[in-house]
Amino acid sequence: MTIWRRVACAVLLLVVGVSLAANWVAPAGYAKEYRDAPDAAPSRAHWLGTDDIGRDRFARVLYGTRISLLLAPAAALLSTLMAALIGGLAGYLGGAWAKSAMAVTDLFLSLPWLFLLITVRALMPLNVSPLVSVLVTFLILGLLGWTSAARVLCSTAGSVRDSDFVRQARASGIRGMRLFWIHVLPNLKPVLYAQFWISIPAFILSEANLGILGLGVAEPMPSWGSLLRELEGMVSVGDEPWKFVPLVLLILVVTSFQLVLSKQEEVAA
Amino acid sequence: MTAKKCGKTIAAFILCLGLLAGNALAQGQLRFCLRSEPKTFDPLKVEDDASVAVRYLTGGVLLRMNRQTQVLEPELAQSWKVSKDGRQITFKLRSGIFFSDGTPFSADDVAYTVQQLMDPSLHSPTGDSFRSGPGNVETKVISPTQISITFPAPVAGLDRQFDQVAIESAHSPKKEMAVLGPFMVADYKPGATLLLNRNPNYWKTDAQGRKLPYLDSIRLDIQPNRDVEMLRFKRNEIDLINTLDSEYYDRLATTSPQVVHDAGPSLDSEQMWFNEVAKSPLPAYKKSWFRSAVFRRAVSQAINRNDLARVVFRGHAQPAIGPISPANKFWFNAKLKPEVYSSDTALKALQSQGFRMENGTLKDKDGNVVEFSIITNAGNKYRERMATMIQEDLQKIGIHVNVVTLDFPSLIARMTQSFDYEAILLGLTNVGLDPNEQMNVWLSSSENHQWNPQEKTPESSWEAEIDRLMRIQASSADAKKRKEAFDRVQEIAIEEQPFIYLVNRNALSAVSPRVQGASPVILVPQTYWNIERLSVK
Repeated sequence: MTIWRRVACAVLLLVVGVSLAANWVAPAGYAKEYRDAPDAAPSRAHWLGTDDIGRDRFARVLYGTRISLLLAPAAALLSTLMAALIGGLAGYLGGAWAKSAMAVTDLFLSLPWLFLLITVRALMPLNVSPLVSVLVTFLILGLLGWTSAARVLCSTAGSVRDSDFVRQARASGIRGMRLFWIHVLPNLKPVLYAQFWISIPAFILSEANLGILGLGVAEPMPSWGSLLRELEGMVSVGDEPWKFVPLVLLILVVTSFQLVLSKQEEVAA
Repeated sequence: MTAKKCGKTIAAFILCLGLLAGNALAQGQLRFCLRSEPKTFDPLKVEDDASVAVRYLTGGVLLRMNRQTQVLEPELAQSWKVSKDGRQITFKLRSGIFFSDGTPFSADDVAYTVQQLMDPSLHSPTGDSFRSGPGNVETKVISPTQISITFPAPVAGLDRQFDQVAIESAHSPKKEMAVLGPFMVADYKPGATLLLNRNPNYWKTDAQGRKLPYLDSIRLDIQPNRDVEMLRFKRNEIDLINTLDSEYYDRLATTSPQVVHDAGPSLDSEQMWFNEVAKSPLPAYKKSWFRSAVFRRAVSQAINRNDLARVVFRGHAQPAIGPISPANKFWFNAKLKPEVYSSDTALKALQSQGFRMENGTLKDKDGNVVEFSIITNAGNKYRERMATMIQEDLQKIGIHVNVVTLDFPSLIARMTQSFDYEAILLGLTNVGLDPNEQMNVWLSSSENHQWNPQEKTPESSWEAEIDRLMRIQASSADAKKRKEAFDRVQEIAIEEQPFIYLVNRNALSAVSPRVQGASPVILVPQTYWNIERLSVK
């Protein structure tokens, strides 16, 4: 492991650790409105100042990080499992199955994601708590985010299916799903790991994009997307550099994931 | 040089100086942004904001409401008279006036414009405000400078409606491009700029006899992005910004306090309302809450409007009192007082109706947890912030609120088609002062009667009363009678709270120091309402 990977791992551990300790580090919580001090500069009481309606930005960054960092991997896991099932099976079965599955995948890939997400969000029931809205947002991301990974896995599963050891296993009488579970799927693991790690930063950014449009996690719950919305009025942000903290954190975490991921890619290769 | 010659030379010199002084103002180009493409240059077809701006700058009207005093003033008409029954208006026109292409102006042009305006095939939005009953409009040209117009039914505030009617030429080959206003369209690059040059035949002069307008031209850049508009203003590339956001206002105020103007509360309001539609897919117990005036009033009392104005709009808004902003000098009911914020009073009112608090959660008499969602349009940060603050305010009386932001089409679909919503927070942009412009909101049969649209018959006695009062004010030419009727409508609106009015935003604007003569007001167009008297250094 190179020094950069170690640093990346340390950063990820630190960020996850501090965000998990949010209840102790920022006991007032993310929703409390200090209405006498809206949009305040950093102070001893509010280390990163307050947002437009007086909520402590430091607390919101911690809780937002916790939400994004816990749920993005969950969504990545869901999408990777779906990709393994759809892409892996299609590649293993080959022929018409593979063609049909990949046609469906291509159809999904060609859909305008943003509009699809907006539509799905609009069709959801309205009276859901902020916590449910968080879960649903990442569930939607997970359910819609399997396509690219499925293509890669289909191709890999096709190669594995035609490999000598699988032919030998088939010649030995192993057939059907048993062959898939015992011989094909284990050989897809490196690709699955890589796809999982790739998906995490992608989902974090997707949630951030939805948040910027005001369609992600419901108020008052924070997420990186909603925190990044503060940067919309770029005209004067230079005067308030503390508002960049969520963006810096996002870049740091995504970069760290990429550095850790490069190790996984090597393993996959 | 003889004394006589010397005198003549001095007189000529003074005359030249005078001319130079006169011309010195008649120079320069004013630059500002339109936030969308003007959809038409035909003043009779105008409905979007950009086209309204172009109409204001180029159109000549018979009567103009002074945006500062809110008093109607004569323009192309020297005088006017409205009949007692409110059906007929007679204008005496100015003579010796020409359109921008040199075509003379007469009563024929007024008759032509009115006939065009009322032609059903034209679908003129301006004409709609004159359609008070079935039948045709009659125009009678009494002389080249006198005309009477008779409508089939009384039109409320008839004379004020002519503020929006730009007169077109009946004879000019240039049709709507021949104008009577201070400027005329000179060049148009779709998606980029619209150039207006001064109308050489404009009839007005100032007190010193100098021809108006002072400006040579106006360049309107089409720029929908408000951040870019702000940046361009800071770089001195544009001279004016209308309806400035409170955040932008404060940012500009910190660096250049002399350029920003807060004209006080505008006509615009932000409000929320509950779904009272009987056929909506809501559970019966929620319908009963939302249809209860006590419940609506309690929610209204539990909202801290002062905080909304101070925190969300940074003090550039006022707690709303009712349907009419105090900025509307004539129509506002001065007897009405702002709602006093008191979560205790709100809770007591709810408890009197069988609601009870259990572990910080409000429950109705059947044990249902009081919880509802407030929808607002995604991307509007002010409304999202208001909804979040209301969420915290209502939490104090045990009501759980879920804030939902939806894209605008989805929100409108829920509001007007499926009625699948509980509460909505939106704003109302009022351009006109006359309550007649709110007919489509208050009549229970109207599509825009948001809390319960298109009622076949009024579903409550107070809605029936509002219907009656709105019809009285719409059909009367007596200003006092109209005012009394609409004052009562405002009182009922406060008692019943079908809309919970939150704040009236202030009219904020920015004017570059190079612009002279600007005095921004609350009414549209805030900064350039006196365009003919503006000049640039």
